[in-house]
Amino acid sequence: MYHSFDAIIVGAGGAGLRAALELGQIGSVAVLSKLYPTRSHTGAAQGGISAALGNTEEDLWEWHMFDTVKGGDYLVDQDAAEVLAQEAVETVYELEHWGLPFDRTPDGKIAQRPFGGHTHHFGQGPVRRSCYAADHTGHMILQTIYQQCVRHNVQFFEEYHVLDLLVQDGVACGVTAYQILTGEIHTFRAKVVLFATGGMGRMFSITSNAHALTGDGPAIALRRGVPLEDMEFFQFHPTGIYKMGILITEAVRGEGGILLNSEGERFMERYSPTLLDLAPRDIVSRSIYLEVQAGRGIQGKDYVYLDASRLGRKVVEAKLPDIADFCRTYLGIDPAVEPMPVQPTAHYAMGGIPTDVHGRVLLDDKNTPLPGFYAAGECACVSVHGANRLGTNSLVDLVVFGRRAGRDMARYLREHDFVPLPDEPECEACDEVERLLAGQGDESVAVIRQELQKSMMDHVGVFRVEAQIEAEVAKIHELQERYRRVSLQDKHKRFNTELLEAIELGYLLDLAEITAASALARQESRGAHTREDYPQRDDERWLKHTLAYRTERGVELKYKPVSITRFEPKPRTY
Amino acid sequence: MQVTLKIQRFNPELDDKPYWKEYQVDVEPGDRLLDALHQVKWYQDGTLAFRRSCAHGVCGSDAMTINSANRLACKLLMKDLGTRVTVEPLRGFPIVKDLVVDMEPFFDKYRSIKPYLINYDPEPPVERYQSPKERARFDDTTKCILCGACTSSCPSFWGNRDYVGPAAIVQAHRFIFDSRDQGANERLEILNDRDGVWRCRTIFNCVRACPREIDVTRAIGEVKKLLLFNRMV
Repeated sequence: MYHSFDAIIVGAGGAGLRAALELGQIGSVAVLSKLYPTRSHTGAAQGGISAALGNTEEDLWEWHMFDTVKGGDYLVDQDAAEVLAQEAVETVYELEHWGLPFDRTPDGKIAQRPFGGHTHHFGQGPVRRSCYAADHTGHMILQTIYQQCVRHNVQFFEEYHVLDLLVQDGVACGVTAYQILTGEIHTFRAKVVLFATGGMGRMFSITSNAHALTGDGPAIALRRGVPLEDMEFFQFHPTGIYKMGILITEAVRGEGGILLNSEGERFMERYSPTLLDLAPRDIVSRSIYLEVQAGRGIQGKDYVYLDASRLGRKVVEAKLPDIADFCRTYLGIDPAVEPMPVQPTAHYAMGGIPTDVHGRVLLDDKNTPLPGFYAAGECACVSVHGANRLGTNSLVDLVVFGRRAGRDMARYLREHDFVPLPDEPECEACDEVERLLAGQGDESVAVIRQELQKSMMDHVGVFRVEAQIEAEVAKIHELQERYRRVSLQDKHKRFNTELLEAIELGYLLDLAEITAASALARQESRGAHTREDYPQRDDERWLKHTLAYRTERGVELKYKPVSITRFEPKPRTY
Repeated sequence: MQVTLKIQRFNPELDDKPYWKEYQVDVEPGDRLLDALHQVKWYQDGTLAFRRSCAHGVCGSDAMTINSANRLACKLLMKDLGTRVTVEPLRGFPIVKDLVVDMEPFFDKYRSIKPYLINYDPEPPVERYQSPKERARFDDTTKCILCGACTSSCPSFWGNRDYVGPAAIVQAHRFIFDSRDQGANERLEILNDRDGVWRCRTIFNCVRACPREIDVTRAIGEVKKLLLFNRMV
């Protein structure tokens, strides 16, 4: 089937939905999502959305910008960080005007609490910048923006899985997508396309990410010649529930929770004297790893304790009800009394589809845009998070850059017309689907995926070293070759989720290849990318963004400069 | 532990009617039921269809009827389910395939009650003020994740599919009792209908089913009281 819209948005999380709201007045918009919109992973975010409102204590957007730049270990494009910090304030008020039920201060303003890496006066101490709704801020944001989409009758194609981006004469002109219900492949023609498909944590075995997060947007863009930026920078959140990946929000530490090793020591005192347990996530994750390596993991295992007992029951039940529920449900423990077992967990992709501050996708180191193609949210790399993202900055990223992408798309729509589609636009997508359905080989999707996830976690995790990354590159090639021999049990069209998992595995393999290649090449340690064999940050050789292309010759790497405006790179200590 | 999963299968394109299929799985006591379903799908029978995403009870994708009670598959641990577990799709909605039901009727009812903030005053330059007490007034119903467990567990809904259902009323309550909202009367008018709040017979299945532990029946009761006495309670 064939559809025509002025704008197509792929992904119905915070960024995609926010962009959709900018376009309704301008032209026809359709939002495609492989999930029902309220199932999007924005809804799992817990801790808060940061903005320098200054409701509880003095705060300035310049401090927020600085924290973001330093938090990203100076790989952040500072023009993007400036936009983020400035526009955070108005977009948070906008969310409140739309009804977001923030927690409140006694005098009725939006309540704010401390969070990792957010400081006052350029690093002097923690500042209350995170605006929150208990510990389910993401749920409230997703619901609120979706409610506005319902109000404005935004058109949705729910449970449509994007398969391909259509490009003709160097201009984006639509997408093809698989209707999960029927197995039919649809062609959507558009003047502008936005990818807001979220993260790719399912490359790793222990992850906070939903099963749906398989990096569909970046993988498809990659196959269409778009490079992926800074893929070696993947954040491991320090406090996921041991073995389960379920996230325990940083807000626990924001409210006063502390990390303890097997000796009952608050070990962050040694690793981060100023910010302690509220140091940025990459630093805390490394600290936990080092404690475990030194034999101070709980019971000699690879986890530590997160202790919230000092908060008292009232605070835990009022401010952290969801994580109390997780602990009761999955661990049978009461966090107001007992410590939680936690370990570093694959959480967030700082890298992704390169864009400028208007969400326009860029093709090279000269920042040449691909006309008509936009990206926003976790799948994009502006780069506002650099080498490491601060907590609460992702939710801001979604609404600020989702809005900006929407506005620039609206401008583009007014200035441009449709371009013709390529001949047989759906044929490549159809071929891949037919190939998978017809496959008679002896390999299984689940087995290959599990091997990929385990090996990525072991070899391209918190600590990396050349020999192991090289081994991973070889492993990925082996898995890609075995992937060609996958066969499915479900050969029918109706709601065939086995087929979709096979397609998603193809995306994960490509993204893992790019991640490993980028990590192998970067011979320094910066932010979340830690090389045991190159433990220092090396600004002279490596203060630059990676651009990884997929070509017939394999992965090709280029680099582009970082935008530095206000803050000269300095050593990153807290 | 060894567990037998008895799962209802049905592909309308292939089968005349639903049928049961049994699978043996080997699970840890701390595994989620969702993990057991994945074991079946990934290693035994790839044709099994079910929705899931976050795997920790916040997205609402995997609401199902498990041992005759509506639950999220990812919030149940195998040790609490015993060695024979029956898994069926939610009742009251057309079956798409196996454990996947058509959620469109559910979302239609949600959309019908104007689930968005209505405020006709000009927007202030900063946030609208709301006291902690005002905020607490509607806190319970803000937690709804639209999983469908409540509406599909409600005998009044089974008896009459036009009943707007507990979830839609919860969503309306969330706004009616939000001090910043001015659309209470519009929503009350919609719900003041034989198929609105008045279908509710306070059976309480919704409260038992809700994975977010929302006091659904109480919320429905508060809306009924508003309609009866025209008074905020």
